[in-house]
Amino acid sequence: MSNLVEGRTGEWEVVIGLEVHAQVSTSAKLFSGAPTAFGADPNANVSLVDAAMPGMLPVINQECVRQAIRTGLGLNAEINLFSVFDRKNYFYADLPQGYQISQYKQPIVGEGTLRLDMPDGTTREIGIERLHLEQDAGKSMHDQHPSKSYIDLNRTGVALMEIVSKPDMRSAAEAAAYVKKLRSILRYLGTCDGNMEEGSLRADVNVSVRRPGDEFGTRTETKNLNSMRFIQQAIDYEVARQIEIIEDGGEIDQETRLFDTGTGTTRAMRSKEDAHDYRYFPDPDLLPLVIDQSEVDELSAGLPELPDAIRDRLTSEYGLSAYDAAVITEERETAAFYEAASAGRDRKLVANWMTVELFGALNKSGESLGACKVSPEALGGLVGLIEDGTISGKIAKDVFADMFETGKDAATIVEEKGLKQVSDSGAIEAMIDEVIAANGDKVEEYRGGKDKLFGFFVGQVMKASKGQANPGMVNQLLRAKLDG
Amino acid sequence: MADLLSLSAVEARAALDAGEVSAPELTGAYLTAIEETGALNNYVAVTADKAMEMAEASQVRIKADEAGLIEGIPVGVKDLFCTAGVASTACSKILEGFTPTYESTVTGNLWREGGVMLGKINCDEFAMGSANETSAFGPAVNPWQAADGADLVPGGSSGGSASAVAARSALLATGTDTGGSIRQPAAFCGVVGMKPTYGRCSRWGIVAFASSLDQAGPFSRTVADNALMMQAMASHDLKDSTSADTPLPDLMAALDKGVKGMKIGVPSEYVMDGMDSEVVALWEKGQAWLRDAGAELVEISLPHTKYALPAYYIIAPAEASSNLARYDGVRYGLRVEADSLDDMYGETRAAGFGDEVQRRIMIGTYVLSAGYYDAYYLKAQKVRRLIKQDFDTAYETVDAILTPATPTAAFPVGRKVDDPVTNFLNDVFTVPANLAGLPGMAVPAGLNADGLPLGLQILGRPFDEATLYSIGRVIEDAAAFDAVPSRRAGGAS
Repeated sequence: MSNLVEGRTGEWEVVIGLEVHAQVSTSAKLFSGAPTAFGADPNANVSLVDAAMPGMLPVINQECVRQAIRTGLGLNAEINLFSVFDRKNYFYADLPQGYQISQYKQPIVGEGTLRLDMPDGTTREIGIERLHLEQDAGKSMHDQHPSKSYIDLNRTGVALMEIVSKPDMRSAAEAAAYVKKLRSILRYLGTCDGNMEEGSLRADVNVSVRRPGDEFGTRTETKNLNSMRFIQQAIDYEVARQIEIIEDGGEIDQETRLFDTGTGTTRAMRSKEDAHDYRYFPDPDLLPLVIDQSEVDELSAGLPELPDAIRDRLTSEYGLSAYDAAVITEERETAAFYEAASAGRDRKLVANWMTVELFGALNKSGESLGACKVSPEALGGLVGLIEDGTISGKIAKDVFADMFETGKDAATIVEEKGLKQVSDSGAIEAMIDEVIAANGDKVEEYRGGKDKLFGFFVGQVMKASKGQANPGMVNQLLRAKLDG
Repeated sequence: MADLLSLSAVEARAALDAGEVSAPELTGAYLTAIEETGALNNYVAVTADKAMEMAEASQVRIKADEAGLIEGIPVGVKDLFCTAGVASTACSKILEGFTPTYESTVTGNLWREGGVMLGKINCDEFAMGSANETSAFGPAVNPWQAADGADLVPGGSSGGSASAVAARSALLATGTDTGGSIRQPAAFCGVVGMKPTYGRCSRWGIVAFASSLDQAGPFSRTVADNALMMQAMASHDLKDSTSADTPLPDLMAALDKGVKGMKIGVPSEYVMDGMDSEVVALWEKGQAWLRDAGAELVEISLPHTKYALPAYYIIAPAEASSNLARYDGVRYGLRVEADSLDDMYGETRAAGFGDEVQRRIMIGTYVLSAGYYDAYYLKAQKVRRLIKQDFDTAYETVDAILTPATPTAAFPVGRKVDDPVTNFLNDVFTVPANLAGLPGMAVPAGLNADGLPLGLQILGRPFDEATLYSIGRVIEDAAAFDAVPSRRAGGAS
């Protein structure tokens, strides 16, 4: 599959790197004990440290450190046992300290990898450059008063993990798949809730284009994208914009850009020349962060099974297609549902029922799996009835619709509605005889060589049985009668 | 009792416990002393009502036999410490009217041990200065007078603290020391000042100047009083990540240990141009006292000493430029309204910070800038490590180091204010201990020909304050320093 983009003057390769800011799932901020709960009244979650009162000092929240280590392990990354917090200095009204505490030269997590499962069944390895811990800033509200800005410091000091990829992605779709996969891993680990609407996960997108095989082109960085759709829109817009500029003989400015969610376009925010000089230096209020290997080992032992491992197991042990396995393992809850539903059943059949019928119904109703009335055991029960021939697959679809509606289990519905499959050869033969008798002309045609009519007879028999005849038996007996 | 102000803290504690004097009486005497010495401008706020309340409470505890280490002892607090409900401004206009809701760990410790807060004491703005002349409240003055009657600086930045203890308007006082800000004013005012090991006292609630160098410490008139106050103010504090979890030894027990068998180093690099010959003579006298008391004096080398000041004047402003970014007019303190956020910042900070503070913010911003960071800040950090190594090497052979505290005695108010570089030289003997994080004590040891006090400095191993108190006590006894400043409370003039 080629990712190249056709321009007026030839093909272009797109190069994308992402910086994802993921809010660490913890009850308290990175350097203060203030709570992090979303939706509190403005300035309700602010400690003396967050407000940068004179003489206040930061103290690292060890749970944030553990969460960063877990995430690093989940990204197959190197955990740096020695890392340093630096100050990134700049003035803004929602940055009370006048600096953000971040990690600059020595981050807590080094290089790792993330595996993308592409829709065509292939996989791509995307490199992780680093992960570091840093403080979030507060929020400025410019639309509350005609001449003043309002400041909400609730987010100030909330712990973020900045996860930086290598420039390894080659299309907007890959970038979206990367964010989706990263979010999936974070959710499995429980280190970030991945909620993009609440701002728990945001991405800065670095985009450049080049002729295939050339050196990297000049990149732009589009900041603060908080949905998969915006990420793809911003990339598509940047790619088109950059190709047009270069093909018109222009040059790309290395700059920071803002995405306009209304128009789906980006515009320049500040150029390289206007870039802040952040005057990074090690925060003298904090000692270097020193981690024991034993703590890393302990956290590693406590990690849940991650999507890649589950996926590999589903394809190799259960024989699922790469695609089904990918869909099922995207969310931890879905994977757990599948494991429970398919235990002791035909694994592939359960996967099929989950990805087609269950997900289809959920999509239609807008419900989440958690709110769904069909329990894993109930879905497994339905598949069990198909496996043992109690109902046909066709009947099962109706049963499933009923289950989804009422939450009853499959056996109950089959019993109540009398949907049990007819596998009594005498009864089926009787129905076949009736159909043959009523369609003498068609029988003649069939026997005269019009093989295609076989399907017509199957349909008539199934119709006579109200769909309950065992399709396999119908086929077998019908063929015997017609051909015999 | 006839002269409450002449009691040392240790003596006052005994008198309070014996019922010879009550805590309110003692505090009352000091409140009167503050009024009497008002011309020295060493208090920026007197908390008389609070002091009397605290003294009454102390008296109750004394009677109940529940006295703390410094129960009933009147203490002055450098304005750099945040004190709950009492304006805390770091003597800067930018913190005008700022009243914290919280108490610094160090002052909290002092009040828990029964200390009585007299008020907030004058200092250099944000502790930046060596003469207490950069204070927004005007200069504090030394109670010692020049022969011609001219006002002398008390040193800085904790000038008001040293001045108040010397003038008997505080029995004890807190200071902070970033480059000598306790030891230099102690020497200028003829009192005892201790900068403990970095991490010994919590920095929580102290307005930050340079976080990796700042350390709180005590001022007192005697070495024993200093040990007593040190014992009360030090603690391991989980709210300060750089606070050390190292138990403080019994400093009072160290006082009478003597120096017999100790090896005390005399660094050859501390003989400098521009040093008073009287300072050199006093230093030699100090060596003789210690030798007479049974110590072995050893010449040592601290080869990177000459790089200490340049490194300090990069590291301290660098950290300060960042630490002071929070004074932006947005949340507390001074705000000068303007049309844009950037203009509000600029005008607020221009109006709120004095010249010296602005100078250091600019230096600090410069040395951290892209393209200059490696040449300045990074190199200064390397020098800092070398200086630390110098001391580590020296402490392989010696137990402590003896140096002069300052190159000269106190100088007249206003004399050097236009020449910041000369002012910086005051810190030449004191700065290395801050860069290396080591404890250092200034002890008054004699008078110069003009009758002004001179001090000796003792430097020790990390967390070995106890040895400094042993040595300090020997010097105190040998020097028998009993001179008093003319402009003291209860004095003749």
